[in-house]
Amino acid sequence: MASKPRTLYEKIWDEHVVERRDDGTCLIFIDRHLVHEVTSPQAFEALRIAGRKVRRPDLTLAVPDHNLPTTARLDASGARLPIADQESAQQLAALEHNVAEFGIRYFHATAREQGIVHVVGPEQGFSLPGSTIVCGDSHTAAHGGVGALAFGIGTSEVEHVLATQTLLLKRSKSMEVRVEGELGTGVTPKDVILHVIGRIGAAGGVGHVIEYRGSVFEQMSVEARLTVCNMSIEGGARAGLIAPDDTTFAYLKDRPFAPRGEQWEQAVAYWRTLRTDEGAEFDRSVLIDAADIEPSVTWGTSPEDVLPITGVVPAPESFADPSKQKAARASLDYMGLEPGQRLTDVAVQNIFIGSCTNSRIEDMRAAAEVLRGRKVHPNIRWGIVVPGSGLVKAQAEAEGLDRIFIEAGLEWREPGCSACLGMNPDKVPAGERCAATSNRNFVGRQGPGARTHLMSPAMAAAAAVTGHLADVRDLAKEPA
Amino acid sequence: MEPVRQVEGRAYPFGQKNIDTDIIIPAHWLKTITREGLGQGAFEVLRKEDGNVFDDERYAGAPILVAGDNFGCGSSREHAAWALIDMGVKAVIAPSFSDIFSSNAFKNGILTVVLPQEQVDRLVEVAQTETIAIDLESQTVTTPFQDRFSFEIDPFRKACLLDGLDEVGLTMASDAAIGKYEMQLAASRPWMARGTGLAA
Ligand code: SF4
Repeated sequence: MASKPRTLYEKIWDEHVVERRDDGTCLIFIDRHLVHEVTSPQAFEALRIAGRKVRRPDLTLAVPDHNLPTTARLDASGARLPIADQESAQQLAALEHNVAEFGIRYFHATAREQGIVHVVGPEQGFSLPGSTIVCGDSHTAAHGGVGALAFGIGTSEVEHVLATQTLLLKRSKSMEVRVEGELGTGVTPKDVILHVIGRIGAAGGVGHVIEYRGSVFEQMSVEARLTVCNMSIEGGARAGLIAPDDTTFAYLKDRPFAPRGEQWEQAVAYWRTLRTDEGAEFDRSVLIDAADIEPSVTWGTSPEDVLPITGVVPAPESFADPSKQKAARASLDYMGLEPGQRLTDVAVQNIFIGSCTNSRIEDMRAAAEVLRGRKVHPNIRWGIVVPGSGLVKAQAEAEGLDRIFIEAGLEWREPGCSACLGMNPDKVPAGERCAATSNRNFVGRQGPGARTHLMSPAMAAAAAVTGHLADVRDLAKEPA
Repeated sequence: MEPVRQVEGRAYPFGQKNIDTDIIIPAHWLKTITREGLGQGAFEVLRKEDGNVFDDERYAGAPILVAGDNFGCGSSREHAAWALIDMGVKAVIAPSFSDIFSSNAFKNGILTVVLPQEQVDRLVEVAQTETIAIDLESQTVTTPFQDRFSFEIDPFRKACLLDGLDEVGLTMASDAAIGKYEMQLAASRPWMARGTGLAA
């Protein structure tokens, strides 16, 4: 008898069930665990108190990123510079102590491999198709870009995975987001995912795992897919993934932790089976025409507040739902915007190109493309480009992209989370506006009172050049 | 984890919707390496407002927080749960919670009680002057005015809370099953065993 057609998500789930309980809860095996300095110290401490070990240190990889300053880490003689903030320094020291005590592979703060966890995992071939991947950070969904089931967890779950290499979970519902057709000029992967979140809403995917399907995703590079899956959580879904294909295999081949030789062949043969079967049912389907997607920006304080750059700031009354009207009013107040204002008239003072959503080499190239031979507008008070890892940084420098950024008037930093969250020294001042390539525009996310507009690297570069939110397609028309 | 049976006492009549974890505990508090002391940073931005419930004498040290829809959305930071515990909160009542917050709360022995909006509204009103009692065994919330509301809770979570069971300890009892899975994995997907290339 032929078995019931299954979705990609169901196939990965079934493969990882260690035990099934009567109420449907399953003990799920975790293939890969990424650890950073902010959400792990209390988990290691709990292991220590209970006298427990890390069950599979070989499946765990640690790297500091959230809290680490992105200014120079070495002095002229190559010695490590101390971290000024005492608490940050202590948190980093705790991670270094814990990885040594529990025998975990660690990329230290000045290693070439250091970077944002979600950039490092795929780049090192640690994140593989069909695997379950967790990390104490809600943007872990990014790794779904290589066809993995990846999601964020809390610190008690970090402890649970360290001790048992499993998690107790209930299966989520499945949701298909299908985008078919050709993307227009200037429309990037970031615009695709912002548009999707605008369509489904910030809570649209709650309780679901999203599979992104259709020609648009099939034609994307792996880096682009990582950008898309990264923001699944902003649509409420704990995970989002894209079926692995030849593009994925070519990307992973020969990466440091990827399988080799005969095992590589075996792995690829298995990975080719990781597709949603013909006739498999999704609990929900959303269909989007690629032609409807334009270069986009957010105007409010929820990632669902997305509009094409050609649009105007909406009036709160234009929303049907009374609670959304109220939220929109509060958003406009916080953001200092007036209904009817053209988005391209909104002046910005800060530029942030970076974060696990958009800090890979293709993002650096896209931003540099716009900035080549141009200068940052005098309105811009602070602008930084933060590569996602030491390897991205080295590659960008080999291509001369760092020169383009610096000559344009932006700072070129060391890898880390930087201004994505107001935790390390990179913050946006209260009341000022930032064109950011990160993933959250929450109240206070980039610092108390900071106003964030989310967009693609090319659009952030266009904002840097013009001093206001800008349509990158207009810039392309005029020579630099 | 300490067993949780009843939570009784004053309650913060808070009631706001869509409170994200950045509001419960802002990012600059996440530099800590312990679970303690986060109560000082809890609801920091809201506490700057005059007349906020958290600085109201009447509710000082209240073990219950009555909140609004979608409480705890946003980031996965468990610091939100630790901040509540540090303030002395042992139970949160709301019309709904984000998935990850309710899981983080449960793992720290905080009882999350889901009740319909009108019952939550009623409790916000009662909490201004009276105490509220939550009984986990009978799954009820009661007030001195004879209000009696029933709530649902996942049986596994209920048992863990009542007995103060430690989930890691429970899963470690499945050690043999995990070991068996690892053996099978080495045969069915051998390339996954490579990991970071360090010996276990
Ligand atoms: S860049 Fe931002 S979203 Fe990504 S891991 Fe760092 S803090 Fe989390």
